[in-house]
Amino acid sequence: MQFEDKLGYLADPRQLTEALDLKNASTDALVAFYRDMVLIRRTEETIAELYTAKETKTPVHLGIGQEAVAVGVSAHLNSGDRVYSGHRGHSHYLALHAPLTAILAEVMGRATGASRGMGGSMHLFAPESGFHGSVPIVGATIPIAVGAGLACKMDGKGQVAVCYFGDGACEEGVLHESLNFARVMDLPVLFVCENNLYSSHLDIHLRQPSNSVARFAEAHRIESRVIDGNDVVAVSEAAADLIEGARNGGGPGFVEAVTFRWLGHVGPNADIDVGVRRSPEELKQWKERDPVRRLTDALKEARGVDQSRFAEIDAEIETEIADALEAARGSDFPAGNVLIDYVYAGGRS
Amino acid sequence: MTRLAYGDAIREGFEYAMRRDPKCFAIGQGLWSPWYVGNSMKDLDKKFGKERVIDTPVSELATTGAAVGAALNGYHPIVVHPRMDFMILAADQIVNQAAKWRHMLGGRVSPTVTIRGIVNRGGEQGAQHSQALHSWYAHVPGLRVLMPATAADARDMLIAAAQSPDPVMYIDDRWCYDLAEEVAPAADVDIRSIKPVIRREGSDLTIAAASYSVALSLAAAELLEKDGVACEVIDVRALNPFDPALIRESVERTGRFLAVDGGWSTCGFAAELVASVAEGVSPAKLKGAPARITLPDAPAPTSAPLEKAYYPTAELIAERVRQMGR
Ligand SMILES: Cc1ncc(C[n+]2csc(CCOP(=O)(O)OP(=O)(O)O)c2C)c(N)n1
Ligand SMILES: [Mg+2]
Repeated sequence: MQFEDKLGYLADPRQLTEALDLKNASTDALVAFYRDMVLIRRTEETIAELYTAKETKTPVHLGIGQEAVAVGVSAHLNSGDRVYSGHRGHSHYLALHAPLTAILAEVMGRATGASRGMGGSMHLFAPESGFHGSVPIVGATIPIAVGAGLACKMDGKGQVAVCYFGDGACEEGVLHESLNFARVMDLPVLFVCENNLYSSHLDIHLRQPSNSVARFAEAHRIESRVIDGNDVVAVSEAAADLIEGARNGGGPGFVEAVTFRWLGHVGPNADIDVGVRRSPEELKQWKERDPVRRLTDALKEARGVDQSRFAEIDAEIETEIADALEAARGSDFPAGNVLIDYVYAGGRS
Repeated sequence: MTRLAYGDAIREGFEYAMRRDPKCFAIGQGLWSPWYVGNSMKDLDKKFGKERVIDTPVSELATTGAAVGAALNGYHPIVVHPRMDFMILAADQIVNQAAKWRHMLGGRVSPTVTIRGIVNRGGEQGAQHSQALHSWYAHVPGLRVLMPATAADARDMLIAAAQSPDPVMYIDDRWCYDLAEEVAPAADVDIRSIKPVIRREGSDLTIAAASYSVALSLAAAELLEKDGVACEVIDVRALNPFDPALIRESVERTGRFLAVDGGWSTCGFAAELVASVAEGVSPAKLKGAPARITLPDAPAPTSAPLEKAYYPTAELIAERVRQMGR
């Protein structure tokens, strides 16, 4: 197979390691992005520790390194919009400011969890915050988000649906059916592909003839943006445009955010040995494209934000996580007959 | 004789089938990964080359359909689905196509494909990473459905499947991978020879099960022996076509029957087992109503205490047998 390196510098980790171009984004908004990204990273690191300490066994797919995507997209979502995700969904949940205690409690299987302890890390639900569900069947929430978009269109209130998925999900037939359907029906759906260039152990070269998945949007005449997914400003700009278009009846949009996960496919380790290609070298290079560090550098250099401001935020986040963790640890496991009671509305009768 | 564990035995089955038949190949997700399907395919890609051990994009339906197509064109593919849950995306090619083509087109085509579905549960993985859907496939005429419970069967049933002129659903369970036993050298296997067998003789009650449920039932029989209860344990092995003769004969001797199955209760394989006794054993020979142990009719939970309560144990089986009287 002849492989097309369509992404070029976007997929080359030696590029784009410098401080971000902040464009005309407000300093307050950028500092808020910093806060959200650090909260996501520290929460996922905490989840990794819980797993290592055997406080949970449920499989955890961590997105450390990919925080900018969800943060940039969520900046343009309002209450009433509907977000769906897959197995690597913590960042999508947290970027909506969905409850921190509830995600930690869910990972630990507690009744106070986001899904009342019935789902674990891979099945999260916080509709009050706009997070309408994540599931680990690859591609499964893509048509569901299209259906949410259909409901938004029927409701007529300018709301949108968002679906996060990976480059691997683009290999499932359902993505293609969903893109076509969303286009034909002009549905307000933002498809956000976090293209981290891997699907578990296989890098994209071994699975697709091109490293850019936006070609699928093009095939279905859906407007797309291919961007550096580790640049929260670029993500935010792309999402703003496409979400506005969708709200105003322009139909679906597609964001291809090129990024990289720092940890293995599943679990708390870097797992550099399981990949057919993924090497310590490649990982080290990608860590130079750290979305948090690049934003921090830019805020210091271009906006004169002082280190003490970042330290203050970091400290707040540590307290927030410690409190949430304590609350989660202190809560009970699901009790009673929930195993059967949740199967049907009103129980089994 | 060599000692072999179930997971390694699966790999040996692949090796034998592929060495014996140049038209046999393996295809599915994770086949180039050292961990995706446990140790059950380790290094096969190195041994046979990446042209015959093919790792695929995340495309269950196309991969399975391509295997069916290659089968219809003279090949003997074994499609590997690392989890039964994800295999559902391929259901059209399995149920509407592979299972139907021979009959529907007048008996002149052979979809010689093996579909390997892996049951991989526990570990707080939850509703979409836990399912044992063998009963669905056993419901479909045209598919042969095999579930090995021992290391020898894990190897030999895979060989039988690869050599079968019919499409075969071969279902292995990750919870069995460490079960080890002495096995004879591998040989060709006629799939029609795979019938239920007695794994343990007993005179008080008959238990029938398949796959991991056989191991559980044998462990329960051990516990019950200490109470002076002698259970006969039958390993069903082939769920479709299903031959109930051995189970009926056994129940005629023992008078009591318990089906143990790792699927759900309603319309599940345990119901087929109970029906085979109800239909084929004279009520006069029964000392009590046949019973079944299955999963509760609920999706798999993730929370540790709920998961612990969800899966049947040897103790649960033993307790039920005690309640069934002597
Ligand atoms: C239908 C289905 N097939 C296979 C899997 C196994 N699986 C889980 S995640 C994953 C990788 C998906 O890769 P991608 O969509 O790129 O997401 P990433 O893990 O990179 O975030 C695979 C193959 C699954 N969960 N569901
Ligand atoms: Mg990916």
